[in-house]
Amino acid sequence: MAQAVVTTGSSELAPGGHADHSHDTNTGVSNPKLAIWLFLSSEALFFGAFISTYFLYRGRDTQFLKGPTPDKLLNIPFTSVTSFVLLMSSLTMVLALAAIQRGDHRRLRIWLLATALFGATFVGGQVYEFTEFYRQGLHLGTNMFGTTFFVLTGLHGAHVTVGIVWLLLVWSRSMQGRLPSEKSEAVEIAGLYWHFVDIVWIFIFTAIYLIPTH
Amino acid sequence: MTTVEDPPAVIQAPERRIRILERPRATTGKFSWVTTVDHKKIAIMYATLALCFFVVGGIEALFIRLQLAQPDGTILSAARYNEFFTMHGTTMVFLLGMPIAAAFGNFLVPLMIGARDVAFPRLNMLGFWVFALGGLFLYSSFALGGAPDGGWFGYAPLTSTPLAAGYLPGRGTDFWTVGIIMLGIGSVATAVNFLVTILNMRAPGMTMMRMPVFVWMMLVVAFLTLFAMPPVTAALIMVFMDRNFHTNFFNAAAGGDPLMYQNLFWIFGHPEVYILILPGMGIVSEILPVFSRKPLFGYSIVVFSGIAIGFLGWGVWAHHMFTSGLGPVAVSAFGLSTMLIAIPTGVKIFNWLATVWGGAVRLRTPMLFALGFIAQFTVGGLSGVMHSIVPSDTQQTDTYFVVAHFHYVLFGGLVFAVFGGFYYWWPKVFGTMLNERMGKLNFWLMVIGFNLTFFPMHFLGFEGQPRRTYTYPSGMGWDTMNLLATIGAFIIATSVAVFIVNVIFTARRGERVSHDPWDGRTLEWSIPSPPPEYNFAVVPIVTGIDDYWHRKYTEDDEGRLVKLPAGGAVDDAEHAPAGFDPHSIHMPSPSYWPLIFAIALPIMGYGFVFKNWYLLAAGVVVAFFGLNGWAIEPSAEPEPSGTEAH
Repeated sequence: MAQAVVTTGSSELAPGGHADHSHDTNTGVSNPKLAIWLFLSSEALFFGAFISTYFLYRGRDTQFLKGPTPDKLLNIPFTSVTSFVLLMSSLTMVLALAAIQRGDHRRLRIWLLATALFGATFVGGQVYEFTEFYRQGLHLGTNMFGTTFFVLTGLHGAHVTVGIVWLLLVWSRSMQGRLPSEKSEAVEIAGLYWHFVDIVWIFIFTAIYLIPTH
Repeated sequence: MTTVEDPPAVIQAPERRIRILERPRATTGKFSWVTTVDHKKIAIMYATLALCFFVVGGIEALFIRLQLAQPDGTILSAARYNEFFTMHGTTMVFLLGMPIAAAFGNFLVPLMIGARDVAFPRLNMLGFWVFALGGLFLYSSFALGGAPDGGWFGYAPLTSTPLAAGYLPGRGTDFWTVGIIMLGIGSVATAVNFLVTILNMRAPGMTMMRMPVFVWMMLVVAFLTLFAMPPVTAALIMVFMDRNFHTNFFNAAAGGDPLMYQNLFWIFGHPEVYILILPGMGIVSEILPVFSRKPLFGYSIVVFSGIAIGFLGWGVWAHHMFTSGLGPVAVSAFGLSTMLIAIPTGVKIFNWLATVWGGAVRLRTPMLFALGFIAQFTVGGLSGVMHSIVPSDTQQTDTYFVVAHFHYVLFGGLVFAVFGGFYYWWPKVFGTMLNERMGKLNFWLMVIGFNLTFFPMHFLGFEGQPRRTYTYPSGMGWDTMNLLATIGAFIIATSVAVFIVNVIFTARRGERVSHDPWDGRTLEWSIPSPPPEYNFAVVPIVTGIDDYWHRKYTEDDEGRLVKLPAGGAVDDAEHAPAGFDPHSIHMPSPSYWPLIFAIALPIMGYGFVFKNWYLLAAGVVVAFFGLNGWAIEPSAEPEPSGTEAH
């Protein structure tokens, strides 16, 4: 729901009933921006819970049940590439924000689309990876790796998907000419969410792909 | 106060795209309640619905007590008993405790900090509707394949074994996991809203250390909610996956760890206890000074104690798990940290006592409830300290002693504070005074009924009567105490009935009172009752703690109170300044979109519970429709052309 609030940009109430002027707030941070930071802090704990669970169950993959183990399944070069694409999308996100702030709406739209496209590439890679693992015999219930891997990365993928939809909404508002430079905060807030999802992936990638289990 | 700012660069041409569900305009009439974004109306809806759930949860409790009134009770089957105690706990925590705090917070936080609404009025509306529909979703389980019956804590692997082969067949547990996740979304939305409101929207001069204690407590509660809901959401997702999709998160045979569920649940569950009690502490901290005609003793200490409770609350969760085999080091550490919590709590109790001490005490109904809170909460706090002593706790675990303990804290504490709050703020909300004689009857019946119900449970616990067990044989020596507890429960029910009669009576012919009937200290008493939609005709400028009090009174050389001559700042309540035009204040407009998004959640919920992917997809579409409409619609309609300043 934070999504909707933020994309409305800046028409929420500020003290004194004035239409929004961010410097009117007590903290100096505008209401929507403060809200998204708080929401992301909550999200951090959500992923924290799943990452801790992953670490707790790490290495227990085939002690109890059979099935493919991560060292046989993980295609690190492939996922490194899609991860790199996802990280680069943070760069295009920053370029999008910079574009709207200097009033370059054409470049804003290009960079927004590029960000969404990079995100979609990442999600596409994930879908490929999931089907590949499934084909090799790793299901949700096969062993502890199946359980923790699919749920943790799946929830992250869902977050990236929400982010892509959000970016496309911002893009379509811009196409309709309803995203003037004064409302650049709507882009900034979508960007904060996007960067957050990227950063979470750095942790997940490290935990699953880079730290050896066997 | 007019919106003299330059209109945003794009004052849109009249909206064409959202013909369907065009913006609702009515701000009066029955239908306006459905689309309202006014924090005061939302607060009234929160309170009304939470009270309905309180009655429903109470009826479940009465059935439990009837069943246990005598040995070998036959009123409920074991299965029905499990459903009732599960839904009783779930209802009282998620459908009474949290929403009633949202009710008080919604009404009071903007008024107390001198704001005209919350930061995100539509997000606020969303929070209410998610609560309402989430509650109905949970209760619809009774009709759709069995209510939840795994306890309000839903321990895995009891709850998480796969549906077909599971210990808990039926859809109840799925309703429970999905329902709590849904309610959690609403709670987080509300928490974000309160945080931004309190941090960002205070009137000029209302520094953090001038805020009323109630606002402080809501700030702490909002932080706790923000960080406590994610772990439990994660745990519930895992349970749902284990039940329905054969994951092994809590399946020990496959390498899962049931203890992880307990960790995730209680790292939410213990802060949750403070989410429930801190608003009560805030209410009491507002009532006591007014009825003692003294400022709150040690304001800053009370505030910092509340913050300390909030912080320490994160380090004590494993005291719910002392018998789960954590090992001596962990158990000792959590025992110690639990004892530490008693310090800030004790500090608060002494501050409240010192506030009353030597004051010109008026024993009106709100004050009675506040004093009842202090006494009973102290009893519950003391039995809590007993639980921190590990060997003693090992003996008490899963007995009625624990039931006695947390009812002393949550009923003797929170519910008493809530009723005190009702009597105290009723004149502000409705402009009428609840009947005082019925109020006193309400209070005394509740005190007698409450203590008669729950005090004997201490003894029952020591004598070993287990919790969550639907019957007991005779000859255990438990008969008399159980009968007493049942009688007490019906006295509590009578006291709640008296309150409802009082409300109806007051609505028909309640005594109309002035804007400040209690001689209050905080800003909400400075404006008319009920407050106008815009709250403050002129945004107040705050110069100290209890600002409104100091506008009314000063002290002479010997420290005695002297009333300031009328006609000064005090009069601004009933009379807006000359030439004030309420239409010049630009308030947020009503909306359908949060409601539509809220409706999407139970649709998705049913999709998950019945694994009906069409329903789930329909829910996603409705949610997207709601969010998109919400995003496009401005928070407030532009003024009709002509009135806008040029």
